[in-house]
Amino acid sequence: MTAAVELEGVSKAFGDVYAVSDMNLAITDGEFFSLLGPSGCGKTTTLRMIAGFEFPTEGSLRIQGVEMGLQPPNRRPVNTVFQSYALFPHMNVAENVAFGLHMRKVGATETASRVKRALDMVQLSHRADASSKQLSGGQQQRVALARALVNEPEVLLLDEPLGALDLKLRQAMQVELKVLQERVGITFIYVTHDQEEALTMSDRIGVMNEGRLLQVGEPQQIYEHPSSRFVADFIGEINLLPATVVDHQSVRLLGGQVVRAEAGTGAGQEVTIAVRPERLELYGLDETIPEGLNRVEGSVSRRIYYGDVFYYDVETPGGVFEVKEENRPGVELHAAGDRVVVAWDPAATTVVAT
Amino acid sequence: MNIAGVRPKSPTERLLAANAWVVYAFFYAPILVLIVFSFNANNNVGIWTEPSVRWYRDVLSNDAVLNAIKVSLIVAFVSTIVSTVLGTMAALSLERFRYRGQRAFDGLVYLPIIIPDVTMAVMLLLFFAQGFQWLDAAIGWRPSFGIGTISLSHIAFNISFVAVVVRARLGQMDPRLEEAAADLYATRWQAFRRVTLPLIAPGVAGGALLALTLSLDDVVITSFVAGPGTTTLPVYVFGLVRRGVTPLINAVSTLMLVASMLLVAISLGFQRSSRSRVTALGEEQA
Amino acid sequence: MGSGGDHRRGDLTAEPVVEAARPELERAAHQAESRRGVLVALPAWVYLVVFFAMPLVIVFVYSFATRSSTGRTRLADWNLDAYRRLFDPLVFEIFRRSLLLALATTVICLLVSYPFAYYIATRGPRLRNVLLVMVMLPFWSNFLVRTYAWKVLLGSEGPISQLSQALGGEPIRVLFTNSAVLIGLVYGFLPFMVLPLYAALERMDWSLVEAARDLYATGWTAFRKVTWPLSRPGVIAGSILVFIPALGAYVTPAILGGARTTLIGDYIVSQFLAARNQPFGSALSFGIMVVMLAGTIVYFRTGAKNV
Repeated sequence: MTAAVELEGVSKAFGDVYAVSDMNLAITDGEFFSLLGPSGCGKTTTLRMIAGFEFPTEGSLRIQGVEMGLQPPNRRPVNTVFQSYALFPHMNVAENVAFGLHMRKVGATETASRVKRALDMVQLSHRADASSKQLSGGQQQRVALARALVNEPEVLLLDEPLGALDLKLRQAMQVELKVLQERVGITFIYVTHDQEEALTMSDRIGVMNEGRLLQVGEPQQIYEHPSSRFVADFIGEINLLPATVVDHQSVRLLGGQVVRAEAGTGAGQEVTIAVRPERLELYGLDETIPEGLNRVEGSVSRRIYYGDVFYYDVETPGGVFEVKEENRPGVELHAAGDRVVVAWDPAATTVVAT
Repeated sequence: MNIAGVRPKSPTERLLAANAWVVYAFFYAPILVLIVFSFNANNNVGIWTEPSVRWYRDVLSNDAVLNAIKVSLIVAFVSTIVSTVLGTMAALSLERFRYRGQRAFDGLVYLPIIIPDVTMAVMLLLFFAQGFQWLDAAIGWRPSFGIGTISLSHIAFNISFVAVVVRARLGQMDPRLEEAAADLYATRWQAFRRVTLPLIAPGVAGGALLALTLSLDDVVITSFVAGPGTTTLPVYVFGLVRRGVTPLINAVSTLMLVASMLLVAISLGFQRSSRSRVTALGEEQA
Repeated sequence: MGSGGDHRRGDLTAEPVVEAARPELERAAHQAESRRGVLVALPAWVYLVVFFAMPLVIVFVYSFATRSSTGRTRLADWNLDAYRRLFDPLVFEIFRRSLLLALATTVICLLVSYPFAYYIATRGPRLRNVLLVMVMLPFWSNFLVRTYAWKVLLGSEGPISQLSQALGGEPIRVLFTNSAVLIGLVYGFLPFMVLPLYAALERMDWSLVEAARDLYATGWTAFRKVTWPLSRPGVIAGSILVFIPALGAYVTPAILGGARTTLIGDYIVSQFLAARNQPFGSALSFGIMVVMLAGTIVYFRTGAKNV
């Protein structure tokens, strides 16, 4: 199957500054793909290059296999939902939605029926005559969606569309968008800096930083096995501890303990190990710890209560471990000052470059 | 923003309101006096005797006045249309594009606004005079001063004023809208016609109205480039005024006042109807 | 790609084979866009070069020409006589008078307009629009007519004079003096000061004033430390819009002033009528333009910095 969008060696320079460097990415047809990263990482620039508002400086950008890097936006089978919605203020909802069809000279009857279907899809048919100023933020965003989808593009681009909405509405819209995408089957490329959003909605995520694509993969893959320190740190909470490689399956922490991990790289190299707080467990000194787990001894320096979980800061010679434990009956509570053992499954350890 | 409704009437508030009333009286008193005295039967302006419309009859049968009106209207019409088109294009090129020499062009467009009209009048007079001389020497045809030179001169200063007004309006418009239009398959021209133009229309209209007003107001530049046989209404009235004050001028002036107020009323009504079509609620940013 | 794909994309795909991006191609795309910008600017550019820049050059050239004894201009024997004459005490006096008058006009306009604009800006939206239209209406009516109205009003036999006589006083003798010109200029240019001031005040964030008062500032201090500095761009814009035309004013002094109050505008015009000294008139015109340009730039720089 042809990839919906393919970037090969794509770079974008503004003067001397490279906003995007050497990007290689293939987005599958029909997938919900998120570009995730902090502000200024180049994700919006990438999106704009796919839309056609910027031209790449170098590289090949193909949509459905056809080279389109230097095509103007109105010649690409791609539509965009803007962060500020960009609804035309001098047109009502129906006219906004019909705009793309009018530009393509679609006949009046077909336009009317397609507009109606699009508005039905976002549940706004009853507001077809309203002007955009009369709509709430969430409604405006749905009009922007309808306006894009009515054209049945090959790819839909969304530039942080939920940024301006409040939390509850945002969460509701996330679900709606995902459901919509699955129903319509169009490739969605979604730009966001909110990793929770990316994790919940995407089939695959591309993490970017400083113009480079760092890792591409399914949410679980990225979360469980980040390929670099930045990705590990950016997604969710994680413990990052310096270590030295002993051999291909163990590393030595700062305090001298050796723990098992997929090291791979040469002995003596300085690396960082990454473990998610929820994969760590605390055991009292006198408790039996299951076989095969990594263990490090330390003492609890702080305990924070979050309602559904407890966070423990455990100081060890190798560094501070942040441990997340569920708050449910049967789980032993530890107090500040307790000596404990932090234990975890070696498979949950990722070794990344420092 | 309305802070007046929130605070009680302090002494400062009262002073401000009183000041406002005085200023409005200052604005309108001379106009009202003029209108009232245009109906004065007495020859001597200022001494009221009895109401009469004889001056209006005189005006409407005065050929010189009627001719001057005709010239004024032609010049105003032509110069408004041309300067609105050129000024709007200038504004668009300055706000929506980037090219070398743009800053120089920016300066060139703003310069006529800063130049006093006496200087402008001198410039254009010498330009035409010299230019006609050269044309005569080169191809044996010597154009004359008249409606043509007046129109060309008015366009020269009006382009800048239209450009400033339209540019302000363009600056307020979200440039993302034009991107959205392109994203939705509009060509550059379609995006301009369907999105940009409707949204800057009030600015263009405002610029056109300004150009019209300035053209109808102009005395100095017109008197320099009109030549011996042509005159516009303000230049004609100016001549009359320098020679003395007669009630005839009052009548002409009142007519001019009424005409301009009508013009403003029409354009405001126009704007209001287009505004209500664009936004049902709320204030559109002027 | 289903059958719908080709139908949808048929009108969109352009040339069958398009190259991948290279820096040269991106630059070419940028240049095409720039060229479009130049094209849009072209008509206005050409017009202004022909009917503005060239006339400017011609005036500049003429200012170095010679005036023959019959008053004709000879484009030969280039000299600096005209410019030297600019430093004549008489010319200086005229310029000084014009400058003072323009300054007085600007200051008075500012003093009158500021409370006025403040008042309008602090009303509700509906009332604000009505008040603004009422300011604009006289502006849209003919400038000449409005100035002439003052000639009627200020005449020694005009209504004001009659009023003062009815009250037992003397007939007023204001017409044809500097004061009459000042009144006329203030009257004519007031809207040019009111509107930018209003615009700046209306755009202001009034919560800052409330914050100042919350921090124990009195009304006057809040004004001095918050409102005034924030409204300065409006003050600058309004001042320029009044000062410049006031300096070069011709019509108002011609109607309301007299022989004793020659100002620059009239002086320049007379060089092209009675006095027939085009080189000198050109030098004057060019000189005053340079002064205004310099003043505008300086004012913008200092004003902008303080903002």
